[in-house]
Amino acid sequence: MKTIYLLIALMPLAGAIIAGFFGGRIGRAGAHWVTSAGVGISAALSLYVLAGFVGGNIEPFNGSVYTWMVSDGLTMEIGFLVDELTAMMMVVVTFVSFCVHIYTIGYMADDAHNWPKESLAGKNSYQRFFSYISLFTFSMLMLVMANNFLQLFFGWEAVGLVSYLLIGFWSVRPTAIFANLKAFLVNRVGDFGFILGIAAVAMYFNSLDYAEVFAQAPGLADKQITLWGDHSWSLMTVIGILLFIGAMGKSAQVPLHVWLPDSMEGPTPISALIHAATMVTAGVFMVARMSPIYEFTETALTFILVIGATTAFFTGLIGLVQNDIKRVVAYSTLSQLGYMMVALGVSAYAAGVFHLMTHAFFKALLFLAAGSVIIGMHHDQDIRNMGGIKKYMPITWITALLGSLALIGFPGFSGFFSKDAIISAVSHSQIAGSGYAYVLVVLGVFVTALYSFRMYFLVFHGEGPRDEHAKAHLHESPKVVTIPLILLAIPSVFVGMFTVGPMVFGDWFKNAIFVLPEHDTLGAIGYQGVGWFLGHGFMTAPLYLALGGLGVAYYIYMKKPEIADKAKDMAGPIYTLLDKKYWVDEIYQAVFAGGSRGLGKVFWFVGDRVLIDGLVVNGAAKSIGWFATVVRHLQSGLLYHYAIAMSLGLLLLLTWFVIL
Amino acid sequence: MFEWPLLSFVIWLPIVGGFMVLASGDKAADASRWTALGVSILTFLMSLPLWFAYDASTAEMQFVERVAWIPAFNIEYYLGVDGISMPLIILTTFITIFVIVAGWEVIQHKPSVYMASFLIMEGIMVGVFSALDAMLFYVFWEAMLIPMFLIIGIWGGPNRVYATIKFFLYTFFGSVFMLVALVYMFLQSGSFDILGFHTLKLGLTEQILIFLAFLLAFAVKVPMFPVHTWLPDAHVEAPTGGSVILAAIMLKIGGYGFLRFSLPITPDASAHLDWLIILLSLIAVVYIGFVALIQQDMKKLIAYSSIAHMGFVTLGFFIVFLIANNPDANGGAALGVQGGMVQMISHGFISAAMFLCVGVLYDRVHSREISAYGGVINTMPVFGAFMVFFAMANAGLPGTSGFVGEFMVILASFRADFWYALLAATTLIIGAAYTLWMVKRVVFGQVANDNVAALQDINNRELFILTSLALAVLILGLWPAPLVEVMDASVHNLLQHIAITKIP
Repeated sequence: MKTIYLLIALMPLAGAIIAGFFGGRIGRAGAHWVTSAGVGISAALSLYVLAGFVGGNIEPFNGSVYTWMVSDGLTMEIGFLVDELTAMMMVVVTFVSFCVHIYTIGYMADDAHNWPKESLAGKNSYQRFFSYISLFTFSMLMLVMANNFLQLFFGWEAVGLVSYLLIGFWSVRPTAIFANLKAFLVNRVGDFGFILGIAAVAMYFNSLDYAEVFAQAPGLADKQITLWGDHSWSLMTVIGILLFIGAMGKSAQVPLHVWLPDSMEGPTPISALIHAATMVTAGVFMVARMSPIYEFTETALTFILVIGATTAFFTGLIGLVQNDIKRVVAYSTLSQLGYMMVALGVSAYAAGVFHLMTHAFFKALLFLAAGSVIIGMHHDQDIRNMGGIKKYMPITWITALLGSLALIGFPGFSGFFSKDAIISAVSHSQIAGSGYAYVLVVLGVFVTALYSFRMYFLVFHGEGPRDEHAKAHLHESPKVVTIPLILLAIPSVFVGMFTVGPMVFGDWFKNAIFVLPEHDTLGAIGYQGVGWFLGHGFMTAPLYLALGGLGVAYYIYMKKPEIADKAKDMAGPIYTLLDKKYWVDEIYQAVFAGGSRGLGKVFWFVGDRVLIDGLVVNGAAKSIGWFATVVRHLQSGLLYHYAIAMSLGLLLLLTWFVIL
Repeated sequence: MFEWPLLSFVIWLPIVGGFMVLASGDKAADASRWTALGVSILTFLMSLPLWFAYDASTAEMQFVERVAWIPAFNIEYYLGVDGISMPLIILTTFITIFVIVAGWEVIQHKPSVYMASFLIMEGIMVGVFSALDAMLFYVFWEAMLIPMFLIIGIWGGPNRVYATIKFFLYTFFGSVFMLVALVYMFLQSGSFDILGFHTLKLGLTEQILIFLAFLLAFAVKVPMFPVHTWLPDAHVEAPTGGSVILAAIMLKIGGYGFLRFSLPITPDASAHLDWLIILLSLIAVVYIGFVALIQQDMKKLIAYSSIAHMGFVTLGFFIVFLIANNPDANGGAALGVQGGMVQMISHGFISAAMFLCVGVLYDRVHSREISAYGGVINTMPVFGAFMVFFAMANAGLPGTSGFVGEFMVILASFRADFWYALLAATTLIIGAAYTLWMVKRVVFGQVANDNVAALQDINNRELFILTSLALAVLILGLWPAPLVEVMDASVHNLLQHIAITKIP
């Protein structure tokens, strides 16, 4: 099996290397074939592995590939842990990645237009793009397949690197290279916590291997440590919160969410792959993987819960006022990531990971559909300029509708099962903060439906595109674009109803996820089959809020468009607040970016130049020079000067002897 | 054991070769270039057996050569390496090749003197790393200043006189105190045998004085805050090759000094004053990081970045006492020292590469100002890729060597004190900020001006240099195990040694 796992991880890497280093030689077709084939093989093998787990003829694998380093008894390895959780993640990653590879063939076909003519960086940009997305797939696989914290961090940073390269892919655009630097640095703030968490694990568990750490976790559950003064902390809480700070960066949770909307500067395929389906969910995966640690710290769970709920609701609100099609979807992604975090916070790890999976499908679909619309609109992304597109782009329209229904949790669609499982779990939770979270996630359902269908109606229904030229050229995207949409629409609709039983309420995850009996919020729901769960949905508020949101969106944007403007005027300050995204970007820019530069200037001018160089170094040189000029006067060359000096010296010497 | 006096070969081959190049003069400039390249490659090949024939299972000095030199003062020509010095020697012989190649076309003014200086420099630096007699060490240590003085003084920038004087006085100031300490220990022990100094009993006051004397010498070399201000000036004025040698190897001599002298000779004073070094190291990481952020000159930025990275080295070396005294720590002292060592080797590759990257741009545009560039990737895509790669390595991206040392030191410092680890880990943010912000302004964006529009991508010579260094960075990042193994026995031996008090 190790060979298969190695192949799954290394095939995309091989594709990336070939397309990256020999892109010029193998040409465009060569590049997309070799990378798609690599990821395709990975996807097929991942499906085979998943099927093996479903059939029960594959056992979880935990083994080392090579030893990275041994220092002071601490063994650091590169190795794989493939269990039910990993197998599911592998399929999600490789399947979405495969769809995105195919889609990219169409989306990036005209990439030469995005570069100045004479730019050599634009020469093989098509090949380079494929190389990057394959490299991303490799990195993400290394992350989810890791059996230790070191490799987790490797994958964690590697996906960050590729994300950086891809957000800034169109490096001639100032906004793109601003966004990628911002994304990398905000992620680094998260990684700062993450690496300290890993250091804590390494110190107290003296191992970085998951299995060894998890086995020791119950024994260290009551361990208290002091960080400052006499206040003692639970070790598990410290580790849990530090690791979660990493997840907040990678999964764009408040207050580290600011990079994700800006990351939309990257080409749309990577928004789908990296900034919706896979990389940003790494934090969710990580917390689920660390459930044997988090179960012993309710403080950290509450922290996750509150952060997640805050993100879910307040970023969703911003989605209501966005006019850029990709940004609406981006804020939706932030909000949905918040839902996943909420699930983790109430120990419903399985529900969180389940929502991760369904979201990966329908959000990738929505992004790719948005991309398809963007192609049709000749790269105009403002939804106010769109409308009536369903006539011209039927496949895009239908798939986008399916994706939107899945997103708002329409009964029967995959998102319904995952979201309802989360909300029900929250309602059964006793943990601190669950009341706050419950209110926000329930209200969030209405917001989700409203912004989703606001966008849907504005884009696909009503009067055709404003611009006549755009209208005249509007047509359905090529097959390489529409086929991935269809491929993703299928699981967006169906995956929920078939997998909710075993994955969320059954024992699919077995030992991969650990939940203490008193935290078993999913068990408390009392699941009795898919039909029962569907009916259960009809007896709770969220479903009606979703339908309500859909209805309000229909009424405002299809029937009475003037209401939208009126509401905007009436809610003046609130609208401004949302439009300015709570001014978080501006505050960060002033405080952190400006503050760091200011601090640097002060340190440099005052510390290095004035104090050290000015006062001490050059000061010493100057004083020696001054001393020398003074002393030089003594050597006058006049005999009587020397004679006086000698007599004075003698006198002094004699006085000294006499006194002693 | 190897029968040849291998270390002597590695020291004297480049020195003799250097004088031959010097004697051949500038008339046959190409001949002197090729001779210099041949000598540097041969020296590198000669140094390889040090790695391959090295017995990593023991901490004993290996490849030992020992003959009397000045019997009147019991001074010996005494050479040998252990797992701490040997990798640094390989680093020296490896980097020198690229320095020779990098100066191939750019240096038209007295090329033979230039090449000779670097070859002689190489031999002297290997001498510093392999000397086991303190006087021999001191001679090499001071001799090192001469070629560097010439390199900056002859091929340096407009402000080179200030920079060379500052560099010379700074380092000389530090080393005079070291000489006093060495002579004092000679008077106590009757020889200049460094290993003999290790076992010399010394009272706490004596130890503290000796420790401070060494500290002045090594802190200037590393350099540590607040005696670091010579470095940015020296780098800015030095030609590319000089900056490379300075950053990649000369700074390491300070770090090496702590391991060879300060810790083993004055362990009680080290334990006593470890707070001072830790404090200065953390200032280097945080304070210098912010200073690097606002630099307008690429070389200054990388120079400050070097200081911040070297902060990890000294931090890793001096947290060992706190780790040893922490009952919760589960070991980890060796992790810190090895992390510091790995950081030194890694910084040798990365800083060399970064300075060479700046050199590539400087050779074409004759400016080091960040604002003189922008959108370089549009005209130099291959170079741009290398620059981004090395910048990522400088920012400590996992998979590159830059990660390994920082990771080990952060892990180790967590075992000393949570707050030390926290401050050290800020480098993840600050280091990425100053490095990538520079990359953004230089490499990415629209073509900024006509100079950038006229740029030619790197030639094969430059490609060879950058590829070799990139491979070194990657290999060390993906598989640091061999390097850590080779130093393991020596580091543990050192830690055992410093755990025992030397106060009589």
